[in-house]
Amino acid sequence: MTGFDFSRLLHFWSQRWPDILGLIVEHIAVVAISLLIAMVVGVGIGMLVWNRPIPRSVVIAAAGVALTIPSLAMLALLIPTFGLGWTPTVIALVMYSLLPIVRNTVVGLREVPPAVMESATGMGMNQFSVLLRIQLPIAWPIILTGVRVAAQLTIGIAAIAAYVAGPGLGSYIFQGLSSLGSVNALNFALTGTLGVVILALLVDALFVTITRYTTSRGLRA
Amino acid sequence: MPKTPDTAIIQIARNTSGARIVLDHVTKSYANQPVAAVEDFSMTAEPGELIMFVGPSGCGKTTTMKMINRIIEPTSGSISIDGRDVLSLNPHELRRHIGYVIQQIGLFPHMTIAENIAVVPKLLGWSKNAIGDRIDELLTTVELNPRDFAHRYPKQLSGGQQQRVGVARALAADPPVMLMDEPFGATDPITREKLQAEFLRLQDSLGKTIIFVTHDFDEAVRLGDRIAVLSDRSQIEQFDTPANILASPANDYVASFIGHGAAIKRLTLIPVTDAVLGPVSESSGGPITVCDTDTLRDALDSLVLTGLAALTVVDEARRPIGSISVDRISAVLGADVATPTVQASRP
Repeated sequence: MTGFDFSRLLHFWSQRWPDILGLIVEHIAVVAISLLIAMVVGVGIGMLVWNRPIPRSVVIAAAGVALTIPSLAMLALLIPTFGLGWTPTVIALVMYSLLPIVRNTVVGLREVPPAVMESATGMGMNQFSVLLRIQLPIAWPIILTGVRVAAQLTIGIAAIAAYVAGPGLGSYIFQGLSSLGSVNALNFALTGTLGVVILALLVDALFVTITRYTTSRGLRA
Repeated sequence: MPKTPDTAIIQIARNTSGARIVLDHVTKSYANQPVAAVEDFSMTAEPGELIMFVGPSGCGKTTTMKMINRIIEPTSGSISIDGRDVLSLNPHELRRHIGYVIQQIGLFPHMTIAENIAVVPKLLGWSKNAIGDRIDELLTTVELNPRDFAHRYPKQLSGGQQQRVGVARALAADPPVMLMDEPFGATDPITREKLQAEFLRLQDSLGKTIIFVTHDFDEAVRLGDRIAVLSDRSQIEQFDTPANILASPANDYVASFIGHGAAIKRLTLIPVTDAVLGPVSESSGGPITVCDTDTLRDALDSLVLTGLAALTVVDEARRPIGSISVDRISAVLGADVATPTVQASRP
């Protein structure tokens, strides 16, 4: 293995800049798509089970089990059915995102004070409008926190998806691993890794902003 | 009986100044409990009446109240508002015409004060202008300046201010019936007294039929037109005017609930002018006088404070109209036991 040379890394970046940018965009895209799907599915599931003890436990346990499957194994399991590329990647990322999103949705909906629920019912709202107009807005910051955790999780896991020819910065990491000893092996791996870390930080900052602007002023501390 | 639930609800809603509520042999029992929470409860609340349910915690007074807007469904019996069977109406539509205030208030934290008040009018499909006008009107009624408060959030208000908003929100659609579950229970004594006074003034002008649950007998005496003293399983021990209950408690249970100082409590209900005033000359004068709008309790308070035998009673223009002494106060109480006539007179 060759030693690390910073000027060579800079040269590597300047040479492959368009390529790297493309991978970053892909990475963001696959994470964003997965999160959107997971949010719709996860919040939906949470709204269905939050007040039903048995389905609630089952769903949260199932989502917990999904999270314990090693990502490499999960992706390998998806190949026979869904082939290579974007599809298995998105499916895997959605599955990993579900636990934090479902769990936070359930917690958020359940944490609405009983007095608030009772006065909403007492004022003539049906169960659905209580859920949609009272519980969901009050639970929103907690739900967003779940999505934020899911985002961190999927940005990392998406890198592994390169194993099934998935999109994103993972392909550089795997390329580095498979060409150990070559001149650019370390540069590939380092670029992929740094990209993932920086992306994770930026997305986290983005979520802080989103939370701030989509949470009612009456709920902010 | 109504033809359809919808027209029945509209008819209830049209009557904005108090409806007759009838509970007839209402029972609520839970499957996992051997004794009923409420057993065979019957009562009629006349239009515009403020009825207090008083009893210890767990006696079923709140359960009884919550059956009127069907937050809790009765096991048997019937409940009607203005002759319309509540149990046959759509519960959600029904509740939009029954004001509901609870102790913890339950303001929606993510909505501004204006949005909180607008909830029921919006459910009823009022126009934006009508809702805006109503918010201003109600905030003014509960003595909160609309310009200062409409756009604040609940957490930016004090407990007393939040409770006022709670009352304003319950009044939003001008419902004929109000249900209030210890609405002032969580406020400090000074705020509570102020809220009670405001509430009485409000009720004088609105004339809603109100069921008001409390465990504070003094509050019941102060506010109620009639008081229902309840014991376990929401059994009615006595249902009468505050004055009659204080003058002649029906049994030991009621007497123990009144506690000590029943005579003093009764004095708070009787205006000075109900006493046979003595001649002005009887009073030894002095700077301390009793106003003719005060209660006998105020008069007694001043007598004790000054240590004088009699004090001058003055009218609004501060002209002396007579004198009051402890003997004359006692005479009112003595006469009152036989013929209680102070139902309508509040301080």
